[in-house]
Amino acid sequence: MRILVCVKRVPAPGSRINVTPDSLNVDTNHLGFTTSPHEECAVEEAAQIVEQHGGGVTVLTVGPSEAEEQLRYAASVGATAFVLVSNDTGIDWDPQQTADAIIESIAELEADQGQFDLILFGNESADSGGHQVGIRVAVALGRPAVNGIKGIEVGVQGVTARREVDGGYEVYSLEIPAVLGVKEGINLPRYPTMKGRLASKKAEISARETQVAPGAQQRRRLHQPEETVIETEILGTSSDAAPKIVDLLEELGVL
Amino acid sequence: MAGVYVVVEHDQGQLAPSAGEALTAARRLSDHLNEPVIAVVIGEATTEFVSLCEEHGIPKAVSVLDPQIVDYGPELWGQAMAELFSLTEARVVMATGTDRGNEILAQASARAQIPFVANCINAEFSGAWELTRMQWGGSLLEDVTLDTSSLFISYAHHSVEAEPLAAASATQIESIEMNLDPVLCRSLVQDRVTLSEGTTLSTAAVVVSGGRGVGSAEGFASLEALAGLLSGKVGCSRAVTNNGWRSHADQVGQTGTRIAPDIYIACGISGAIQHWVGAMASKNILAINTDPEANMVTKAGYAVIADLHEVVPAIIAEIERRRGNSTST
Ligand SMILES: Cc1cc2nc3c(=O)[nH]c(=O)nc-3n(C[C@H](O)[C@H](O)[C@H](O)COP(=O)(O)OP(=O)(O)OC[C@H]3O[C@@H](n4cnc5c(N)ncnc54)[C@H](O)[C@@H]3O)c2cc1C
Repeated sequence: MRILVCVKRVPAPGSRINVTPDSLNVDTNHLGFTTSPHEECAVEEAAQIVEQHGGGVTVLTVGPSEAEEQLRYAASVGATAFVLVSNDTGIDWDPQQTADAIIESIAELEADQGQFDLILFGNESADSGGHQVGIRVAVALGRPAVNGIKGIEVGVQGVTARREVDGGYEVYSLEIPAVLGVKEGINLPRYPTMKGRLASKKAEISARETQVAPGAQQRRRLHQPEETVIETEILGTSSDAAPKIVDLLEELGVL
Repeated sequence: MAGVYVVVEHDQGQLAPSAGEALTAARRLSDHLNEPVIAVVIGEATTEFVSLCEEHGIPKAVSVLDPQIVDYGPELWGQAMAELFSLTEARVVMATGTDRGNEILAQASARAQIPFVANCINAEFSGAWELTRMQWGGSLLEDVTLDTSSLFISYAHHSVEAEPLAAASATQIESIEMNLDPVLCRSLVQDRVTLSEGTTLSTAAVVVSGGRGVGSAEGFASLEALAGLLSGKVGCSRAVTNNGWRSHADQVGQTGTRIAPDIYIACGISGAIQHWVGAMASKNILAINTDPEANMVTKAGYAVIADLHEVVPAIIAEIERRRGNSTST
């Protein structure tokens, strides 16, 4: 199995997401960065498939040069090849531009090394959440795509994919090559081992430059949603609060 | 280019709970643009679909037919909407931003080569499109503009409340036969598996959740017991699923489940923004936390500042004491 996983570097904010003075970006001054969670699981899933069926996992990201950090992390948890398509404009490309950059890279990677059997995306990125990059790529490549995937089984002919719905799941069976949008919960990503950390240091990252056409969607402003400030009623500071809590539960009619 | 075409989501004929929301949002956009709204069903127009359209005063609906549409399939449905878009010269194609709604619009817009803006909470046009959409699952908003005339838009799920009209009016149904590329049947749903009947985390009236403060998988026993007494479900934070203490199915938040219970009891959860967006639709929140400054505490209507390992057993004991009293009297 040759698998490509497309990931996004995102900040990891805590109790509030602050924006920069020009309102165009998240203020990341005091923030760490991470791989968007759905994609972190996609990398893990690809690593598990390859451990079982052989092959290799290429991880591709479109982002600033700092996104090398996320590619190195992927190297520490089982990925084997790395591509950074740099966008150093300081602002995300719109979904079509991002898809175009990925489509172009896939064309070159496949011309060089052969077709990817599976291309995995996160269901949506944690930050901008445009819900479409993976699908635009799949449509351009003429490959089947299903989103919301929480289980992948590789068979002889292709893959069986489970899609989460409330109270159960739907089953899709797809021939390869296929494109899947994965959701967190499909697996529990491993932590890097000593050996993984070593691999991460040695990983060779292939950097790509690309020219994308101007995007249709222009960001004007990031802002906070309206928040209703609430007065918290403290019911107590020890287990002595129990009667008050149970009074409350009775009042709300849930007992 | 005219008309606001709205996809009415269904699963094998059964309308999605979000269907009324989609029609309400479409009516508003149609008023704003001064263009007609047309409801779209992929497949047969069921009586349930027709009455929903009538309740919303939608004069015209389209039923997209092709014998190959035997079930949901993202590519087949996407292609159908793309073809409908070019056939009708629609101005806007929209849906509610559910998993399927966003998937259909992404497929359709990619095939029609039109921009798609997901999870909007507002859309206006005055020479150019001005939209406000959700980022970070709703923790942050983004204003965007697009210079195009036609657009695919999803409205964030639950951002519009379904508002049927006071008096229903007749809807005229037009069937459009299509001849979709048979290749696209490759991604139709093959099978369905039901894991739990009845209430799920997303529909539970009571959710008792634990975070890192619970300390271990075993620590959840008392939360299970409390949820049991309240006929509720147990939830958790991502710190808990990352530690392997609970399955991801229990995770509340941006990358987990969004809940809307009558009361959310959050034990040992700090209330990070990604957790909060999954919990904020709760009608009441009780935070049990040792830290009075925790975000969960300051955002909750009720809080107890104490060790959850003492408070939760005490709540259970109190409920049992009262129940014991009421059965003995
Ligand atoms: C892109 C992205 C997506 C994410 N999605 C989600 C998501 O869907 N859901 C989610 O939950 N998180 C999500 N997170 C993670 C989130 O940012 C937090 O890391 C996580 O929610 C923290 O979990 P916690 O509150 O259990 O742990 P902590 O933040 O460590 O908080 C533990 C709390 O327990 C309290 N405590 C400790 N001991 C006790 C005790 N004995 N009694 C009472 N209180 C005690 C502490 O005071 C503290 O407030 C996401 C993060 C990112 C970057």
